[in-house]
Amino acid sequence: MKTLVIVEHNNESIKQTTYSTITAASKISDEAYALILGHNLSTAVDELKKSNHLKKIYFVDKEDLGKPIAENFCDEIIKFLKDKDFTHVFTPSSTFGKNLSPKIATELDVQQISDITNILDGHTFERPIYAGNAIAKVKSNDPIKVVTVRSTCFEPCKLDSNVDVENISSELSTNESVNFVNYDESKSDRPELTSAKIIISGGRGLQNGDNFKLLEGIADKLGAAMGASRAAVDAGFVPNDWQVGQTGKIVAPDLYIAVGISGAIQHIAGIKDSKFIVCINKDEEAPIFKFSDFGLVADLFEALPVLEKKLQ
Amino acid sequence: MKALVCVKRVIDYNVRIRVKTDKSGVEKDNVKMSMNPFDEIAVEEAVRLKEKGIVTEIVILSIGLESSQETIRTGLAMGGDRGILIKSPDEDIDPLNIGKIIKKVCDKENPDLIILGKQAIDDDCNQTGQILATLLKYPQATFASKVEKNTDDTLNVTREVDGGLETIKVKIPCVVTTDLRLNEPRYASLPNIMKAKQKKIDILDINELSLDLKKRVEILEVNDPPERKPGIVVPDIDSLVNKLKNEAKIL
Ligand SMILES: Cc1cc2nc3c(=O)[nH]c(=O)nc-3n(C[C@H](O)[C@H](O)[C@H](O)COP(=O)(O)OP(=O)(O)OC[C@H]3O[C@@H](n4cnc5c(N)ncnc54)[C@H](O)[C@@H]3O)c2cc1C
Repeated sequence: MKTLVIVEHNNESIKQTTYSTITAASKISDEAYALILGHNLSTAVDELKKSNHLKKIYFVDKEDLGKPIAENFCDEIIKFLKDKDFTHVFTPSSTFGKNLSPKIATELDVQQISDITNILDGHTFERPIYAGNAIAKVKSNDPIKVVTVRSTCFEPCKLDSNVDVENISSELSTNESVNFVNYDESKSDRPELTSAKIIISGGRGLQNGDNFKLLEGIADKLGAAMGASRAAVDAGFVPNDWQVGQTGKIVAPDLYIAVGISGAIQHIAGIKDSKFIVCINKDEEAPIFKFSDFGLVADLFEALPVLEKKLQ
Repeated sequence: MKALVCVKRVIDYNVRIRVKTDKSGVEKDNVKMSMNPFDEIAVEEAVRLKEKGIVTEIVILSIGLESSQETIRTGLAMGGDRGILIKSPDEDIDPLNIGKIIKKVCDKENPDLIILGKQAIDDDCNQTGQILATLLKYPQATFASKVEKNTDDTLNVTREVDGGLETIKVKIPCVVTTDLRLNEPRYASLPNIMKAKQKKIDILDINELSLDLKKRVEILEVNDPPERKPGIVVPDIDSLVNKLKNEAKIL
């Protein structure tokens, strides 16, 4: 068995999700390879070279691949796979992977398996369904297993190797029917949600965007990432990429602090794998208490300034 | 421009999911079923495009049990013009096969826009739109939070991606999958619910499509998720900080 990892990156650095996916690939066999597509990739490739578990890195560096347009990426990957004998193709289960991986599977006429959380053997996997309220054990009968990997369920690989790289040239033309227009990146100095050790999230209870400042002070002290419930995002308090949950980001920090969040199943789906969950909510009946290791029944507007001080 | 909206009947998002004791799946008997919330957003978007004069006809398609007709009726009450049900005795159809079935419908209906939810809240797969776009060789715009028609035959679609918002321009015909913030679906009014009863739904048996729909992925068993051990309520902030320091050893 031989696995190809499709690398997620931003042309400069490698996303953490990739390193977790490499670990997942290493559980299939010790034949794990990586394919990175993009433009001006030299620093990204240098970084990737350090990954443990990889036999080799293939890269295609082309201006047309500078933006992750799924159609162009898919064409390159299918062309690459043609004369190879990979049995598994793993992509991180991020918006990048979810957009791309089902296309690869369809071109190969196989059924992709989404968002695996555990690998039982080369064709049997576990994946959550119903917002994580049930876990399905599934077996693929397809000759090639095309899979997206939930990165929070696999530790990132170590970075102390020096892997061989091979440049793949490509003359494929790009798809005319789809064009990149704009990327409005939400910039932050805080850690990324999906790889943060500590996260503090706010919900509708925060009442407005300004009040998220109450969480900022604490996040600064803890070096935490900041997140939100769907209600807080929908109300426009914070940007959409802060949303944690079934349809937002799946997180698994050591500590998750939920403030003014009721604990709807769709929110819980995104935080269940956190090591410790803390909540601050004024309603002691809120479902979030059932999932919290430590719950504090309090008005957040009184509690947060005190908590910030105590963390001094 | 003709729009095809694909809708799935799923367990209502407010229902507490119970795994069957024989591990074969989740309990569906006597459980409230509804249209997948993301598909509701897709119907709403098609209706808004029709209200703007961009879309001229909305066809609502569902694949599933006879009862999926109700889901189609919901879409018709929201503003769909007619429905198609591909009737299947088995509800568990791999997304790849769903894609092949929808493609078959597209071959006959020739829609300019196919719009559907980014994921169904039952299997949480997030694949069907991407599969369909690949089979049709149409461009895809997934996880849409804004759809705008340009003056030529293209759409600008803003997509919710992990790092922010990405906008792409896709040529029509295309496939769009909807994210939560695209719109807020309307409630169908009583008169529209009554009117929807008169609208036509064509029913086709899945076997009439002459497709090879063999199952690729078997569900071996379905289990309850591991439970979190019960926590405690702390009396004040000092004890909270104390617990985090001494028990969780985090601070
Ligand atoms: C298809 C679908 C997908 C969804 N996906 C997601 C998802 O990915 N992520 C997500 O989060 N949600 C998701 N949701 C929405 C989810 O169902 C809930 O509506 C949402 O999580 C509620 O957000 P909330 O807890 O902030 O708001 P509420 O449920 O309104 O809770 C607010 C809480 O704040 C508390 N509060 C208010 N004031 C104070 C105060 N002064 N001090 C202390 N506490 C206070 C209240 O007691 C209450 O518990 C989804 C829903 C659907 C239908």
